[in-house]
Amino acid sequence: MKFAVKAWSNGRARAGILHLGTSTIDTPSLLLSTRKGLPHFISPDLLSCLPSPESRLLHVSPLHFLEGLSMKTISKIGGLHQLLGLHDHCFVSVPRDSIQCLPEANSTNKIGASFETPCGRLLIKPVEYMEMISSTRPELWATLADEVPAWVSDKRNKTSVDRTIKWLDECISLSPASGAVFGAIVGGSSLEERRRCAQEVATRNVSGYWVGGLGLGESMDERPALLNAVIEALPEEKPRLICGLGLPEEILQGIAAGVDLFESTYIYHLTLGGFALTFPLDRTQINALNLAPSDVGSDPRKINLRATVFRKDTMPIVEGCTCYTCRNHTRAYINHLLNVHEMLAQILLEIHNTHHFLGFFRLIREAINAGRFEEFRKEFVQRWR
Amino acid sequence: MALRFEILGRFNRARAAQLTLPHFVCQTPLFMPVGTQGTIKGLTADQLEEIGCQIILGNTYHLALRPTSELIDELGGLHKFMNWPRALLTDSGGFQMVSLLHLADITEKGVTFQSPVDGKPMLLTPEESIQIQNKIGADIIMALDDVVKTTITGPRIEEAMHRTLRWIDRCIAAHKRPHDQNLFGIVQGGLDPVLRDICVRGLVDRNLPGYAIGGLAGGEDKDSFWRVVAQCTATLPEDKPRYVMGVGYPLDIVVCSALGADMYDCVYPTRTARFGTAIVPEGVLKLKHKAMAEDTRPIDPTCACMVCKNYTRAYIHSLVTKDAMGSQLLSFHNLYYMMQLSRNLHSSIVQGKFPKFVCNFLQKMFPKGDIPEWVCNAMEVAEIDISSCCAPFRYIQATKVQSNLNEDEIQAV
Repeated sequence: MKFAVKAWSNGRARAGILHLGTSTIDTPSLLLSTRKGLPHFISPDLLSCLPSPESRLLHVSPLHFLEGLSMKTISKIGGLHQLLGLHDHCFVSVPRDSIQCLPEANSTNKIGASFETPCGRLLIKPVEYMEMISSTRPELWATLADEVPAWVSDKRNKTSVDRTIKWLDECISLSPASGAVFGAIVGGSSLEERRRCAQEVATRNVSGYWVGGLGLGESMDERPALLNAVIEALPEEKPRLICGLGLPEEILQGIAAGVDLFESTYIYHLTLGGFALTFPLDRTQINALNLAPSDVGSDPRKINLRATVFRKDTMPIVEGCTCYTCRNHTRAYINHLLNVHEMLAQILLEIHNTHHFLGFFRLIREAINAGRFEEFRKEFVQRWR
Repeated sequence: MALRFEILGRFNRARAAQLTLPHFVCQTPLFMPVGTQGTIKGLTADQLEEIGCQIILGNTYHLALRPTSELIDELGGLHKFMNWPRALLTDSGGFQMVSLLHLADITEKGVTFQSPVDGKPMLLTPEESIQIQNKIGADIIMALDDVVKTTITGPRIEEAMHRTLRWIDRCIAAHKRPHDQNLFGIVQGGLDPVLRDICVRGLVDRNLPGYAIGGLAGGEDKDSFWRVVAQCTATLPEDKPRYVMGVGYPLDIVVCSALGADMYDCVYPTRTARFGTAIVPEGVLKLKHKAMAEDTRPIDPTCACMVCKNYTRAYIHSLVTKDAMGSQLLSFHNLYYMMQLSRNLHSSIVQGKFPKFVCNFLQKMFPKGDIPEWVCNAMEVAEIDISSCCAPFRYIQATKVQSNLNEDEIQAV
């Protein structure tokens, strides 16, 4: 893995280039969320219709495979690339997936990190986690962390930092030859603990940093200070990955603090709910914005295609959008699919939403490169208040 | 008539043809996946084109409920609504009504039932079925027939057959788009050869663009099933397509093709995919089975589909019944299998290699040579020699049934 910062805007926001596996990816960038390595709905042969190379970073939680596939078998098959038939993509392994594998801080103990998963509550020891990493062979992986929600006691929070650092060292010592390691940083909502953890991890031999424990109960207002406390302690030249920040405003918050990579479940939740992103990505789309306020309720950034107003709407989700869904299908058709509970609805929505959200990241990178990220951020937040 | 049917090759009763429909030029024999509600579960139009789907079936009953035929018409027809560039076929809506709605009742007027939306009494007449199908706009539409289960006996079957003939005239009269939609009649008559014959002759008199053999695939024994198909294909006109409704399993399709049928539809490939079952040359593969968890082979090493080229049984096993992606991938494979079967049927007949194809097919499915008797009997009638794939004892059993050889002569075989 190689990473270099190419441009700065407004102090901390940065644009960079990440070389990972066979891909060269501009940052800030988005990791697509997966289930057992494949998108939730988009079948693998349709992945190539997403913009490339931006869509090549896939977040994989190794815990997904505990349901039905042994690590020995995965190893025998040859790791994730062979298992999933995706040779052009890059896999980033983080145990938490913010959808179905959620850290269970009450059950985590000194032996391992506890997660609520579809197979029940699992306790993952560092040695077990590293076995998963060795078998799956992702290009990049985060060390095992003790993530706690914002409301735990100071004592519990401090313990989580101590544990996370201890597990980091264990994971590194068991680390396979290939694959870049990102050190996990926690600390809950304590500025002190966040700083302490970041400072410790900064001294370790890692390729980058994974900021964990956010999106677990802290408010958006608290977050900038917490992020700054962490980022200030980290070297500039190494990339920073964060999970738990899903909404566009949260992404902007993270970028403003100096984060480069985001694992977000926003697309998944939108898709499940029948929502499609519609906020304009360029001038022509802003002009073509043809949504009457009454049509879309209180949020003009997205439409809910279940709404009866779309029954006969022969427009694509977003006019001018070049995604597979918008080039081929109408709002009316997707509305019908949603009404009759057909899987194709989610497939088409996930394609559009992924395409659109990746477009958002492209706009962000353009703004950073042009030195006007703060301006872009203010305008975005203002327009869609 | 809005179709052209040109036979390109034959082997005895089997035929390979080119069926030119308003939206697509098809090659028969062909299998039509069922896209009940305007979509094949989990697959995009692109993927369907890629695996070679030529015609997709839409269910009139479901589409009339949601999003309604009026809406489909207003938006330019089902092809445009789905963005499916190839051919479509809609059924009459009658079958679902009878099979899905208890309290449905058939009278001379039509099928009366309780609306599933609000419980109000409703009536689907032949006229209305055709009207709805005219609005949907498929290349082939089906007449409303009085369909009875083959497991029923008695005068009901005869009543249904005669009513089907009276209804075809009402369907023909109501059909407003004969120039771009082909109305197929459906042969009924249960398992009674006399009734079937009357129905065939009645429908042929109406000179329809194509004919379906209905009322089968509902639980009758296989021996009765193939005999009805054989009788109908022997008496239906040569130069028009024959569609066996609700069929089905690959073995059934091969047998029916040998007997002279051209088109098939069934929910089986996609439905069985959702239960974790893959269709393979040997029969089926149950991916849910524990043994699959360690199996690093593809589902079918001889299959060229995206799923078999990229995934192991072990991985698919981890997905099936738990993640939507599992049924998507299996549906993709199963439909690819059916499309490949269609292509193989067509090309082997055209190339004069049909018996070889059939033998190969049977050998893979019955490696011990234990081919079911009904298949042997049907192939006998189809004049396809499958002796090379039958275990010797079984073959003699079959020929003993069919032939007039006495004991001494059989010993000599």
